[in-house]
Amino acid sequence: MDAVVIESLEPLIAELRSRGFAVVGPVVRDGAIRFEEIASAGRLARGVTDDQEPGRYRLRETGDEMIFSFAASPDSAKRYTQPPRQALFRMRGERIEEAEEEAPRIALLGVRACDLAAIGVQDRVFLGGRHPDPAYRLRREALLLVAVNCAVPGGTCFCVSMGTGPRVTAGHDIALTELAAPHRFVVEIGSERGEEIVRALPRAPASARDQADAEEVSRTAAGRMGRQVETEGIQERLSAHDSPRWQQVGARCLTCANCTMVCPTCFCTTVEDSTSLADGTAERVERWDSCFTLGFSEVNGTPVRGSNPGRYRQWLTHKFSTWIDQFGMSGCVGCGRCITWCPVGIDVTEELANLP
Amino acid sequence: MISHPMTPVVYRVRSRRPDRVDTVTLTLEPLRGDCPPFLPGQFTMLYAPGVGEIPVSISGRSRSGGYAQTIRAVGAVSAALCGKRPGEVVGVRGPYGHGWGVPAAAGLDVVVAAGGLGIAPLRPVVRALLAGRDRYGRVSVIAGARSPATLMYPRELARWSRQGADVQVIVDHPDHAWHGPVGLVTRLVDRIVFEPRRTHAFVCGPEAMMRATAEELLRRGVAPARVELSLERNMKCAVVRCGHCQFGPLFVCEDGPVLGYDRAGPMLAVAEL
Repeated sequence: MDAVVIESLEPLIAELRSRGFAVVGPVVRDGAIRFEEIASAGRLARGVTDDQEPGRYRLRETGDEMIFSFAASPDSAKRYTQPPRQALFRMRGERIEEAEEEAPRIALLGVRACDLAAIGVQDRVFLGGRHPDPAYRLRREALLLVAVNCAVPGGTCFCVSMGTGPRVTAGHDIALTELAAPHRFVVEIGSERGEEIVRALPRAPASARDQADAEEVSRTAAGRMGRQVETEGIQERLSAHDSPRWQQVGARCLTCANCTMVCPTCFCTTVEDSTSLADGTAERVERWDSCFTLGFSEVNGTPVRGSNPGRYRQWLTHKFSTWIDQFGMSGCVGCGRCITWCPVGIDVTEELANLP
Repeated sequence: MISHPMTPVVYRVRSRRPDRVDTVTLTLEPLRGDCPPFLPGQFTMLYAPGVGEIPVSISGRSRSGGYAQTIRAVGAVSAALCGKRPGEVVGVRGPYGHGWGVPAAAGLDVVVAAGGLGIAPLRPVVRALLAGRDRYGRVSVIAGARSPATLMYPRELARWSRQGADVQVIVDHPDHAWHGPVGLVTRLVDRIVFEPRRTHAFVCGPEAMMRATAEELLRRGVAPARVELSLERNMKCAVVRCGHCQFGPLFVCEDGPVLGYDRAGPMLAVAEL
């Protein structure tokens, strides 16, 4: 199906909801763009953009009618593909019962090319090895992805360097490009599921001008990356375990784990065990963990990585180098979240540029 | 639904043998069916209900076909497991991991070097070597312990000696009754006979002990790839998803725990890798 144009997102949201999807999209909440379930397009962020720099995130009103004029938000699709906490099993006496896996149908509206790439990375981690995760597969199959081509990259974005954006090319069901004057959306199809939904919408064929305008949006965005990374020879540069740079960045790093929490690909987890006081049922829960905590590497009471430089080096080296050895792809998609949300403004692109 | 890789199978504790003041060997059997086969050097994730789960090497197969697993009480989970009595249940996942390269030792002299509890994952190796004794050259077992009271499997060491291994034991802190050598396991490398260029070694113990022993064997002329170590790292899953056991590009749960010193040596030389 060729590209079409729609004038409003309202029919799309209504169509998705009528098909049993909870529509989750970007809204303004707590002074940031957050993802939450919406019932109508009126709830979506509108007329706001974001200023993102190392350690800095501010929303700013633009006064226009555009909806998607912002870059990566602190939320990513990870919250839906890999929930922050999930029950694994319960044990009663001598019986183990696996957690009832419910995978609600969710349509994620407004995910960007970097986010789609991140989901691709997670697919490789959770489904590509010898121990595929059936719960992840259920959640993933219940997820419909309505992507948006980025128009206004943030000051910490570098998807062009990582080869993941800004234009959506794979992994989506539907891709939108928001255009101004008149306000409209060019709609491209990424899957059969997506096509079925778009066919149910009031629409017009995309004109040559619509398509040219949409391409211009991605071209302009690609030229406005706030950051860049030289990926050539990156594994070799990261093999400099003794570089003094690790001590310097380690002296600034608070090991707060913010970067790993906002990262759309960081997948590390830990487990928590508890026993009910009422009936003695034991329960096991898996939750997000971070290589920045001391307990992460602890063996017999002593952490393998006890120092800040050691833990920072583990994170950066894993993300950009050993991830390639392990999964055949980089762990970084260039979304810039780790730079924006670092409370002391550590910039991975700067750290990588300063390694030998 | 396909079972989740994090879901354990319920096993019953069949027997419990205290090895020393803080260490016990449990034998475990599934409530239904048989124990899956294991290779020497592999481990399971043992779950103490409501407390937690830890990786524990398999130290042998019991007469009735269960897993023998030796556990030292060092934290909440290991203490809870050590306290399990016959008849009680635990959760078991696995076996997991890349084990010892016992077949690679065929036709060669073999050195088995253990420090402390490191002898537990080596016990199935020695049993396999002695079960096929004529397939190997000289078989030497060198074992170190902190003190005579903490020496593991003393009766089994004596049996291995009778079955054709040169077994040497050393302690770091002797008591009045001790007449043997005093010091670290590395000292015993000079007391055993092997042809370095035709020798395969299996080394397990604290990391510092393994590195010192490997370096001593290398100094004597054993090839780095013929010195195998078993690494210990924090593990929450053992199925390449929790990320905790990473060692450079490797996941110790799947690429290890047993690694050749040709690979592990240079990485162990990097602090906090």
